[in-house]
Amino acid sequence: MPRPVWKIRKPSLLFPVILALCVLSWSGTTVLASSTTVHEKLEGLAGPFTTGPQVTKACLECHTEASKQVHQTKHWTWSFTNPDTGQELGKKNVINNFCISTVSNTETCASCHVGYGMKDDSFDFSSEENVDCLVCHDTTGTYDKKRLMDGKSLNLKKIAQNVGPTSRETCGTCHFKGGGGKAVKHGDLDPGMVSPDGFVDVHMDADGLNFGCSTCHSTDAHMITGSRYQPLASDHSGIDIPGKTDGTLASCTSCHGDRPMKDEKLNDHTDKIACQTCHIPLFARGDYATKTWWDWSTAGQMDDDGKPFVRLDHNGLEVYNSKKGDFDWQRDVVPTYRWFNGKVDYTLPADTIDPDQIVSINTINGSADDPDSKIWPFKVMRGKQPYDTENRTFAIPHTTGEDGYWKTFDWQEALRKGMAAADIPYSGNYGFVETEMSWPLAHMVAPATEALTCEECHSSDGRMAGIEGVYIPGRDSLDWLDMLGFGLLGLTGAGVGIHGLLRFIFRRKTIAASKGE
Amino acid sequence: MTDNTKNRIYIFKGFERFWHWAQAALIMGMAVTGFEIHGTYALIGFKAAVFWHGTLAWTLIILWIFAIFWHLTTGEWRHYIPTTDKLISVAMFYGYGIFKGEPHPYKPTLLRKHNPLQLLAYLGFKLFMAPLIWVSGILYLYINEWTAWNLGWLDWLGLEIIAPVHVAAAFFLIIFLVGHVYMTTMGHTFFAHIKAMITGWEEHS
Ligand code: HEM
Repeated sequence: MPRPVWKIRKPSLLFPVILALCVLSWSGTTVLASSTTVHEKLEGLAGPFTTGPQVTKACLECHTEASKQVHQTKHWTWSFTNPDTGQELGKKNVINNFCISTVSNTETCASCHVGYGMKDDSFDFSSEENVDCLVCHDTTGTYDKKRLMDGKSLNLKKIAQNVGPTSRETCGTCHFKGGGGKAVKHGDLDPGMVSPDGFVDVHMDADGLNFGCSTCHSTDAHMITGSRYQPLASDHSGIDIPGKTDGTLASCTSCHGDRPMKDEKLNDHTDKIACQTCHIPLFARGDYATKTWWDWSTAGQMDDDGKPFVRLDHNGLEVYNSKKGDFDWQRDVVPTYRWFNGKVDYTLPADTIDPDQIVSINTINGSADDPDSKIWPFKVMRGKQPYDTENRTFAIPHTTGEDGYWKTFDWQEALRKGMAAADIPYSGNYGFVETEMSWPLAHMVAPATEALTCEECHSSDGRMAGIEGVYIPGRDSLDWLDMLGFGLLGLTGAGVGIHGLLRFIFRRKTIAASKGE
Repeated sequence: MTDNTKNRIYIFKGFERFWHWAQAALIMGMAVTGFEIHGTYALIGFKAAVFWHGTLAWTLIILWIFAIFWHLTTGEWRHYIPTTDKLISVAMFYGYGIFKGEPHPYKPTLLRKHNPLQLLAYLGFKLFMAPLIWVSGILYLYINEWTAWNLGWLDWLGLEIIAPVHVAAAFFLIIFLVGHVYMTTMGHTFFAHIKAMITGWEEHS
């Protein structure tokens, strides 16, 4: 059972709440924690702690297997071998069209690594005490990995004594800020989801169902379900029943089954259409805009004083940054729809690309006649990023640190360093190639009243306009059949009209004849 | 039943008249909603169109079951046995004679209430258009149930074929409707046939 969340929404509520608390404590009511351990009472957590690993060591005294479990996860390894495609993926290996690559920038990027001290290749992935327990299990909201990395003080004792289950807040410290800023990356995750309302997310609604991330992303031995490298695009196992099914809840079907609606004709849609397609009608539905375009090719411009600068739009969103180039931001965006069977092919840094085309960084597989495919909504992130014009590979820039592009504004050097760190040959000639990257949408599920209406897909220029291989009533028709049909209808009408006209013209004869009869 | 004093016959029985007008209304309703589903225009919205198309479809199917039962049990089906007798002269009349004020070469009787040309058209309606729209419509409606109904072997058809077949049948029906409505004005007076289908009595001139 989720712990009750006490929140003071308005200052005016302060007084009655305090009063109520006084009455409660006076009447002797005690609220029992749902956990069987109160960490505050544990001697091992009395501190003092000055570093993260000290805390982890204390955790491991009781949770003896925890670090070993974390070691198995992508959160720790930043690498993942896709068993279907054999591709080496994970943060360590893939590139994207946001900050491009972690390779030479590990130290900065590792502010979102569940470990302490990952700086480069030499990081000891077998170290148990370097697992960062607190970044996920802090409940005080005061844990700040960046401060810790910068050697600033933090009340580690208090944090350690108040550890608990993960929360929207802890997951959100990284996942709501993917791509280097609030709401930048996914389009369906933003910091507002720490405490969303029912409009933004029916399940996470802080005043309603109040789901946490792990309510759906069910977790066993620190292994969290719901992978983006190998998503489950069609869950055929229906409602998850303990002992019968895989026990993972990271799909709509896990709880709702595959025919959850009252209208059976609507239920007929679920064999081909992911729930998300109708129930996430737009992305970036919350209070934050998401980045939809990132053009690195314009980076490096300086202001009149020869200094790097930032340009904001009227909403205060950064639309130009000398370090990074041009950006577009959007809110309430209509997703792109594609057939998706869960198989994603990545274009990896060493792969050859065709710079004359928009290069797809992750190719979404699926088709109408594949039983594992459904029509899914995607945020498609577009932009321009450096590539090696001779070797025809992506070019990875070293951006962070004193010698990175963000300080030097020297592409050539940045790319040389980045490519060297990635161990990929670099010709010394670079250009910028347009890329796109597809992000399947599964969060910010809207209330049913916000779901797509029939017409939004069942019309000729509707949302399914780009979907092939399936007949959609209202969208599709055989042009020749319509022409033939309406043509014949018209001819019949004309024939009838002419016949009637002739009858009218010859009516006197008719009358005469009938009189003579 | 004949009424010699007035030279008229009671040609359309009560059920037949009810069936005819109900079917006419249903088919027009289905055409209107069907072509909205088809995307030809937007009138009541896709969702409402689907709802009404489905509701009317079941009503029509029930009506047809009654009608088939009625035709079989009353022997009325015999009216639809095709014949070529007078076929040419009726066709000639519509194409030519009618303008000269010639009398209709065919007089309906209690055994043969339709003229041979009309009969062929109705037979086409009953044996071809109606089953076509009916079967394609039901397959369309239950597209997701094909496998469960052991119709998986039809999968190669898919909605890509079934839907256009249904649309083609719908075109046949509305074209038929236009022709049919016009033909009803070609009795001995403009409204004679329509009156007969309302009152049941066919008056002979
Ligand atoms: C037994 C009778 C019928 C049945 C069971 C039936 C069933 C259906 C179904 C299931 C659809 C697909 C939309 C939906 O799910 O509601 C449909 C579409 C349609 N129906 Fe019918 N229908 C019948 C009769 C008719 C009639 C009498 C007409 C017209 C005269 C008609 C014209 C259409 C048209 C034009 C479409 C759109 C097809 C497309 O664009 O794909 N239907 N019908």
